[in-house]
Amino acid sequence: MDWGALHTILGGVNKHSTSIGKIWLTVLFIFRIMILVVAAEKVWGDEQDDFVCNTLQPGCKNVCYDHFFPISHIRLWALQLIFVSTPALLVAMHVAYRRHEKKRQFRKGDQKCEYKDMEEIRKQRFHIEGSLWWTYTSSIFFRLVFEAVFMYAFYFMYDGFRMPRLMKCNAWPCPNTVDCFVSRPTEKTVFTIFMIAVSSICILLNVAELCYLLTKFFLRRSKKAANQKQHPNHENKEETKQNEMNELISDSCQNTVIGFSS
Amino acid sequence: MSWVFLRDLLSGVNKYSTGIGRIWVAVVFIFRLLVYIVAAENIWKYEHDEFECNVKQPGCENVCFDHFFPISHIRLWALQLIMVSTPSLLVIFHVAYRENREKHHNQKLYKSPGKIDGGLLCTYLISLTLKTGFEVVFLVLFYKLYNGFKVPPLVKCDVRPCPNTVDCYISKPTEKMIFLWFLVATSCLCIVLNLSELSYLIFKYSIQCYLKRYIQKHE
Repeated sequence: MDWGALHTILGGVNKHSTSIGKIWLTVLFIFRIMILVVAAEKVWGDEQDDFVCNTLQPGCKNVCYDHFFPISHIRLWALQLIFVSTPALLVAMHVAYRRHEKKRQFRKGDQKCEYKDMEEIRKQRFHIEGSLWWTYTSSIFFRLVFEAVFMYAFYFMYDGFRMPRLMKCNAWPCPNTVDCFVSRPTEKTVFTIFMIAVSSICILLNVAELCYLLTKFFLRRSKKAANQKQHPNHENKEETKQNEMNELISDSCQNTVIGFSS
Repeated sequence: MSWVFLRDLLSGVNKYSTGIGRIWVAVVFIFRLLVYIVAAENIWKYEHDEFECNVKQPGCENVCFDHFFPISHIRLWALQLIMVSTPSLLVIFHVAYRENREKHHNQKLYKSPGKIDGGLLCTYLISLTLKTGFEVVFLVLFYKLYNGFKVPPLVKCDVRPCPNTVDCYISKPTEKMIFLWFLVATSCLCIVLNLSELSYLIFKYSIQCYLKRYIQKHE
């Protein structure tokens, strides 16, 4: 039980994402989660043991460490990754709900249902239209908000993204001002800048995806409006068919949320 | 044997839950179990080694640590996760019992063994009540054992063999407090979800019962 479970859950959502969404997911797993697990955790592994203060006063080291690192970089990144991954679950839940509705219709023998069997409903891919568009767009918006909030929290807590070698501490019970030395400051700075850079790339990808979805939405609307002007009846038929397609699509998401049950 | 077992258990529960139940599973999975394993466990890893008292008296540190942490936050957190997830087993057992019965009698006894009605509804409601009860009990335990949800950086200890009163310093108190508050927040969220699910189910089935009786009267 670890990040692999998150990978299983999000992997299902991947099927119903845009291309930019798929790139974002890849960047998240390879350049953030994997780097965190195989490299960054080891760099910060001995952070308190090797945090040394130039004093023999018992308790001074603990207090100074706590003063300069209220929450460790590693934990903040782990929380950021968890929060940033979670909005995708909104999409997964929406899709699962629609698929459940379609399955119910299929079981009742509803003639509107065009699928031959449950397998087809389960495997059918989803297009991001209708209410799913709203869910998907909100999930991207929340992702952006969480990324921005965590980056700001980072910047605010650590006064920038650099890890200094030496910190001066005069918290009680340290006598006067004491020099404290951080372990592996350069390596930590390198990884911090790396993680911040990848965070920024993810923010850009999310903004691009948001713009893409909005553009698609407005283009579709203007096409509809133009069509309606030319062929009012024909447009209604097309619309109804499109709506039916959307409804059919919306059922096919069982596998996403139920990365749990698989 | 590890947390994978709990993950599989929760995945099984997901199949027989209502919509709110599935949100509860997602919250427990991601915001409690995952956070516990990838972040919280490491904070408390060396808590005893890093606990330092301002004294050279052998045994004083051990005794003071034991006095202030009869059971470590992280162990209590793990116990809470296990106890809160376990009532869902009642539902799984009941569904398995129904399926066995159908197999044994070789006929369809239920509309669907996994549908929440009749006896399974009672089991489900009991499991929800137990889950909520355990959550509250553990929150109260945390509050009583640690005087609120604070982790002070300094505690004063005068247990034998410490000479007089001695200053003892806890490691990473701020980080521990942040995660403790995170635990409390997610616990409260889970309590709210359980209570909503309970009200929703009771309301839904009372309405159904009432409608059935109303229709029968008119017939």
